[in-house]
Amino acid sequence: MDITTVTLNHYIALSVLLFCLGTLGVLVRRNALLIFMSIELMMNAVNLMLVAFSHYKADLAGQVMVLFIYAVAAGEVAIGLAILIALFRHIKNVDINNFNIMKG
Amino acid sequence: MADYLYLIPLFPLIGFLINGLLGKKMGKPMVSMVGCLSVGAAFLVALLSFNELLKLDPEHRQLINTLWTWMAVGAFQVDVSLLLDQLSGVMILVVTGVGFLIHIYSTGYMHEDESYWRYFAYLNMFVFFMCCLVLGANYLVMFVGWEGVGLASYLLIGFWYQGMENAVAGKKAFVVNRIGDFGFALGMFLMFWTFGSLSYFDVFPKALHMFEQGHLMLNAPVMVAICLLLFVGATGKSAQIPLYVWLPDAMAGPTPVSALIHAATMVTAGVYMVARSNVLYTLAPTASLVVALIAAATALFAATIGILQNDIKKVLAYSTVSQLGYMFIGVGVTAYWAGIFHLMTHAFFKACLFLCSGSVIHAMGGDQDMRNMGGLAKKMPITYVTMLLATLAIAGIPPLAGFFSKDEILWRAFTYPYFPVMGKIIWFMGTLGAGITAFYMFRLIFMTFHGEFRGTPEQARHLHESPPSMTVPLIILAVLSVTGGWLGIPHLIGHALNHHAPIPNLLETFLNPVFEHSERIVALKGKIYHYSHWLEWSLMGLSVAVALGGIAMAFHIYIRRYHELPARLARKYAIHYQLVYNKYYVDEIYYYLFVLPIYYFSLFLWKIVDALCIDRVGVNGPAWLVRRISVGTSLIHDGYMQTYGAYMLLGLVAMLAFFLGYR
Repeated sequence: MDITTVTLNHYIALSVLLFCLGTLGVLVRRNALLIFMSIELMMNAVNLMLVAFSHYKADLAGQVMVLFIYAVAAGEVAIGLAILIALFRHIKNVDINNFNIMKG
Repeated sequence: MADYLYLIPLFPLIGFLINGLLGKKMGKPMVSMVGCLSVGAAFLVALLSFNELLKLDPEHRQLINTLWTWMAVGAFQVDVSLLLDQLSGVMILVVTGVGFLIHIYSTGYMHEDESYWRYFAYLNMFVFFMCCLVLGANYLVMFVGWEGVGLASYLLIGFWYQGMENAVAGKKAFVVNRIGDFGFALGMFLMFWTFGSLSYFDVFPKALHMFEQGHLMLNAPVMVAICLLLFVGATGKSAQIPLYVWLPDAMAGPTPVSALIHAATMVTAGVYMVARSNVLYTLAPTASLVVALIAAATALFAATIGILQNDIKKVLAYSTVSQLGYMFIGVGVTAYWAGIFHLMTHAFFKACLFLCSGSVIHAMGGDQDMRNMGGLAKKMPITYVTMLLATLAIAGIPPLAGFFSKDEILWRAFTYPYFPVMGKIIWFMGTLGAGITAFYMFRLIFMTFHGEFRGTPEQARHLHESPPSMTVPLIILAVLSVTGGWLGIPHLIGHALNHHAPIPNLLETFLNPVFEHSERIVALKGKIYHYSHWLEWSLMGLSVAVALGGIAMAFHIYIRRYHELPARLARKYAIHYQLVYNKYYVDEIYYYLFVLPIYYFSLFLWKIVDALCIDRVGVNGPAWLVRRISVGTSLIHDGYMQTYGAYMLLGLVAMLAFFLGYR
């Protein structure tokens, strides 16, 4: 296999890398905004995978689905940011270590 | 036909309820009236029904009043049923009659007590339960009364509960009685197991029938066991060795209570029970012998303790234990009527003695120590004369009551048909005890009423004769102590006094139908020896001589040489003196033998078994374990979303690894 050729495996590898980076970000970051961004990263890793498979299997359904996901994600982001702003207004902070009032 | 018998226990019950519930607000005159009238009414009804009993044909003298069926389980049926026959008739007259007199006496004796109403409520309750005990037509109703009088006794011993020793004495009486009652209950179980019933009308005929058919041997083990178990109950209630220890301590209660409950009526319940079960005891001669031997030992043993007691009521208490021994000798040697006879005469003279001692204590301002008394005869003539008469009666001086009853018992012991040799031993112990009785009773009289007054000047000023409410019962009881014995004049004397028309032995003739089956069995199975009249006369003379000897000795020691002889004798026989003075250390022996082991065993059960094993290991242990585990596992739940996310991821990876690896 030619090293310069971009194959499906490269996409998968990149996608997994992005997903893991996003997961890591979610787990270790304390800033709610950055966690939020990491979640976006994970989602985009999945979208990338969908597009890649769609291309290699010559099936447009995957790309259509990505468009739908973006539409839904836009709404979700709006809600998520709204929650964050509401939280910030309450405790003047976006450090998730402060968000533990549900602890048993 | 006798459907009013229930009124006898009902009146005291009503009195108890009124005094117990409303007495506090009623005021003393009203409480006295309710208390005395309820018992007086019971006495009246008892007299009426007794009169009706007398009208019946002697062979069928029974009044039965069945109230309701208490319980019916399969073949087992118990009725709440009352029976008045010759035996319970005599008993109920003694109980309600003496009880009535003592209620009247109590209105004088207790008039300054602040818990006056409580006292009369308890006293009425006692009479109610005593009537149940006596009138019950089966062992279960008797047992209810038996337990009830125990409760009343406990409440009245600890009546002045502010004093610790009174409360302790009450508790001791209750616990000791419980041991006896346990035996009684076992006896009843065994009786039901053997005869399938607890009713007098079933058990006794059935036992006789089985005996006559040859299904039940004389001395059958089961009969001996029943009788001995019932007797265990009697030793508790009637203060015989080994359970007599509670009675002397029971003197902590008010003196009229000592007279009514711990001398005249309740403590004789055991004698009544044995006499009632006479058929069973006659069919188990070994058990009867045990009864008689224990009784003789008690009679002698308690009499010796009485010699050195200084508390006037303690002397009378040991005297009661001793006299109860005589009654049990009577019922033990199958002379049931003689036991009941002595029960009756003893109720008269011992109630009189106790009430006199109460009168003395009243005059002494609560002091009971005879060493502080002396010379009271001049100050309290009525008390002195009545007490002297009762003392002569208990000492066995003819023609007073005690002579006839005690002598009949001793004579019947001498001629014990089942065990002639043992009978002689019992007779000897009884006669010796009679001499000692005369000695210590006259020691009491001499120390209390003769010589010079030894109390404080303040007490001397306070000395006075008691009010009529107290002296009238004394006089009535003293008259009964003198005349009560004439109901049971032995045939020998009856013949000697009048050859042509012998004075009949009224009580024996009257009671005979109750005991006739037993008499028949004894005549069939016992060895009847014929003793000459000469022997009977000489034994009679001997017991009078012994009694006079005891009196003379008491006179010599406590009147003529009171200043030096008692002290010198105490020094000379120091060891014996200490032994008797400390009541043979029986309380101490019981303490180390039974109380302490049980105490430590209970402590072990409490500290080790309950507190350690059950509470700490069994109950708190699992709780502690769960708590420790949950403290560890609850660290997982730190409340950080990221930690939960990490767990999710870990779980996801693990599942993935598992399924991939599995495939």
